[in-house]
Amino acid sequence: MPTFNLKINNENHTVEADMDTSLLWVLRDTLGLVGTKYGCGIGQCGACTVHVDGNAMRSCLLQVSQASGMEITTIEGLSKEGDHPVQQAWLEHDVPQCGYCQAGQIMTAAALLKNNPNPSDKDIEGAMNGNICRCGTYVRIKEAIKTASKL
Amino acid sequence: MTKIRTQYDRRSFLKISAAAGGGMLIGFSWLTGCVSSSEPEGLAIPNEWFEINGYIKIGDTGMVTIYSPNPEIGQNVRTSMPMIVAEELDVDWKNVVVEQAPLNTGFYQNQFAGGSLSIRLSWNALRMAGATARRMLLDAAAKEWNIPVSDLTVAQGVIKEKNGERSIGYGEIASKAVGMEVPEEVELKEVKDFKLISTSVKNVDGKKIVTGKPLFGLDFQREGMHLAMIQHPPAFGMTVKDFNQDEIKSMPGIKDAFIIDTSLEKPGRFDEIGFKQLIAIVGDSTWQLMKAKKALKANWEVVGELEDTQMHQDRMETMLASGKFQQGRKDGDTEAAFKKAAKVIERTYSAPFIAHNTMEPMNFFANVTDDSAELIGPTQQPKALEDSAAQLLNLPVENITVNMTRIGGGFGRRLYQHFGIEAAAISKKFGGPIKLIYTREDDMTQGTYRPTYISKYKAGLDENNNLIAFSVQGTGMPESAVFPNRFPAGAVENYTAESVAENTNITTGAWRAPRSNFTAGAEQAFIDEVAELAGKDPIDFRLELFDRAINNPVGGRHEYEAERYAGVLKLVKEKSNWGETKPGVHRGVAAYFCHSTYVAEVIDLVMEDGEPKIKNVWCAVDCGIVVNPDAAINIIQGGVVDGVGHAMYSQLTFNNGAPNEMNFDRYQLIRHSQAPEKIEVFFVQNEIEPTGLGEPGLPPAIGALANALYGATGKRYYKQPFVSYQPVTG
Ligand code: FES
Ligand code: FES
Repeated sequence: MPTFNLKINNENHTVEADMDTSLLWVLRDTLGLVGTKYGCGIGQCGACTVHVDGNAMRSCLLQVSQASGMEITTIEGLSKEGDHPVQQAWLEHDVPQCGYCQAGQIMTAAALLKNNPNPSDKDIEGAMNGNICRCGTYVRIKEAIKTASKL
Repeated sequence: MTKIRTQYDRRSFLKISAAAGGGMLIGFSWLTGCVSSSEPEGLAIPNEWFEINGYIKIGDTGMVTIYSPNPEIGQNVRTSMPMIVAEELDVDWKNVVVEQAPLNTGFYQNQFAGGSLSIRLSWNALRMAGATARRMLLDAAAKEWNIPVSDLTVAQGVIKEKNGERSIGYGEIASKAVGMEVPEEVELKEVKDFKLISTSVKNVDGKKIVTGKPLFGLDFQREGMHLAMIQHPPAFGMTVKDFNQDEIKSMPGIKDAFIIDTSLEKPGRFDEIGFKQLIAIVGDSTWQLMKAKKALKANWEVVGELEDTQMHQDRMETMLASGKFQQGRKDGDTEAAFKKAAKVIERTYSAPFIAHNTMEPMNFFANVTDDSAELIGPTQQPKALEDSAAQLLNLPVENITVNMTRIGGGFGRRLYQHFGIEAAAISKKFGGPIKLIYTREDDMTQGTYRPTYISKYKAGLDENNNLIAFSVQGTGMPESAVFPNRFPAGAVENYTAESVAENTNITTGAWRAPRSNFTAGAEQAFIDEVAELAGKDPIDFRLELFDRAINNPVGGRHEYEAERYAGVLKLVKEKSNWGETKPGVHRGVAAYFCHSTYVAEVIDLVMEDGEPKIKNVWCAVDCGIVVNPDAAINIIQGGVVDGVGHAMYSQLTFNNGAPNEMNFDRYQLIRHSQAPEKIEVFFVQNEIEPTGLGEPGLPPAIGALANALYGATGKRYYKQPFVSYQPVTG
């Protein structure tokens, strides 16, 4: 099996995996970084969202071979103390219900705010539309993003 | 003061102590990760813990562990159940950590998540647990100081002498409390004295969720464990004959592949009836398993009818026309009343099969040996799983342990046991611990779907526009959604409710607010149309009917309390400023009672670029005492989004027995841009024992939506989904 050098959350990892393995399963199965979630595997739900060179990407669609050499951030590495403004705002609004989709929502929101610190409702909807929440926490997510934009 | 008999003895306490405390901490190291994240600040980790009873463990530093007995599916019971214990225990919530209790039928009751029943059924048991422990701690302090208990007070986990200087913390006296006699009777607080209940407490797992800590079944890891996947037949009505076993087994990372049979001799209501023979593949990594699944070449055999959606609709319509109904209720003479009515209106409503689509797909860990089985994962009903596993494995139930992880969505899906049973069958055949993972496609195409329904409503008005006759006839696959004794039963002189069921081999089951999730939308849209025909305001029209049910109820009993039903309508009327009109804003109202809770909702909707957009939703809820208001608001908001979303966009259709929608590219779930912009929730204040919230927020949203859409488009909406397939992605 080929090996790949990955830079994840500022740490270097060497992993063995099939060329076409999606980054999602390398994170979850090989590295034990299970904060990144599986929801659909086809880029439709956003549960697997990570940052690649600062942009929100679906890790289920990214092959491990493509991910080499890029700066990857997962929910575990978003902040050291779990106090990224988006995480703080999420706690303040007590957003999660089941919680399963939330890592993906947070990663998408954090990337949005980095590129657009004061998003309008339309901007938020546009950026977040790829993240499904079956529990229906959308109203709180929008409020939390607005709170985070002020932190 | 309310006094309550404690109902448990020393022995049952000790039994649970062993199971909940030691057993769990030593035996399931991963599950100790399922301790809440709100680690008490400024309190040292205790050196020693003292089990006061099966719900409560107190550390020598004053830290308190409260066990949450029921599965957490997002309804937030892991916060609200311990809150109830903490209230009666009189402990500072800051010093509390929460741990998931294991399945223990010897001590806990009703360890399941379904029917919005967790809080309702456990209210007394949780209060009693807290009150009993409090009393034992007080007894211990009284004995220590040699004064009567009546000379003591307690607040925030500190016991004080009323007329003296002495005080002692729970942590310091806990070791002595363990040895105290368990009181036969304890006093419960008056509702007005609650300090914690009815205050908003943050989700105890919040920090862990937002930092991506392992919490869910899919995250579970055990040293030496393999991963497994299944492949079920592609269509309902098919079974597996054989497959390219040798080829699959020789693929990289694949350890074994075989066919499992999960048939049970005496299946229960929650056991699989669809796919009992499945291909199982065991391997090292999820990715390799997914590739192996793609390489499968199986021979499937047709063993039943291959159904499709058109067939379903035709059969239900034929059934509805056949008149083969079973009468659920008959008051007066509906036929005669329709004949003499000045106006008669008849409408037919339908809804498709829908999938649960919990965001966390089905999965389970199993470690089956010759004489034991350990099952860990997301189940809403651990006891049913234990029983089915005992049957499948031919083991006594005592040799089976079931532990619950946090659950990435339930909605009824995980009341069904098949994925846990499949994991057990795979582990047994493979001979080692495995974690079974479903792909999204597996999850969506081997469902226990919400049944498909059709109901026909008919109403008759007299010359003064009074409702004098009402009938409902319903069918569905495999059940009708008609509730004969719900509204407007009791409020109409001549009333009939009739049902007939049609068969299907598509597997169905409980889906958030079973039957209510269809009936509320149909009935409340119909009532709206009847009110319009009567020339009456939709809220006033409903209130008139409730007046009748209050003052002079028709027929035998009905399920609802008309005063509380009318109460939520009045509250939502006030909060939404009903009657006020704004240009371009269209309003719809609905009220529904299910799972012992009353909810009325008003939706404000506008058309933006030809698309409906919900601007505001007001919800009025009567669920008795609200344990954790902000969390209660959250779950009601979720119910509204869920109801609106499914009614607008979701359906599962079939072709030759196979679902056409297999993933979120075809199956549409509501997304951010389609969600209401604002949802406000108001609770009726009373001291009635709390009832559930997981389900009741959803059903009325569908009626309110249909009625608001009518204002916007001039069209009535009879068929779900209201909007046809339109993929929207980010
Ligand atoms: S798992 Fe990647 S988008 Fe759904
Ligand atoms: S919180 Fe459950 S899916 Fe979003």
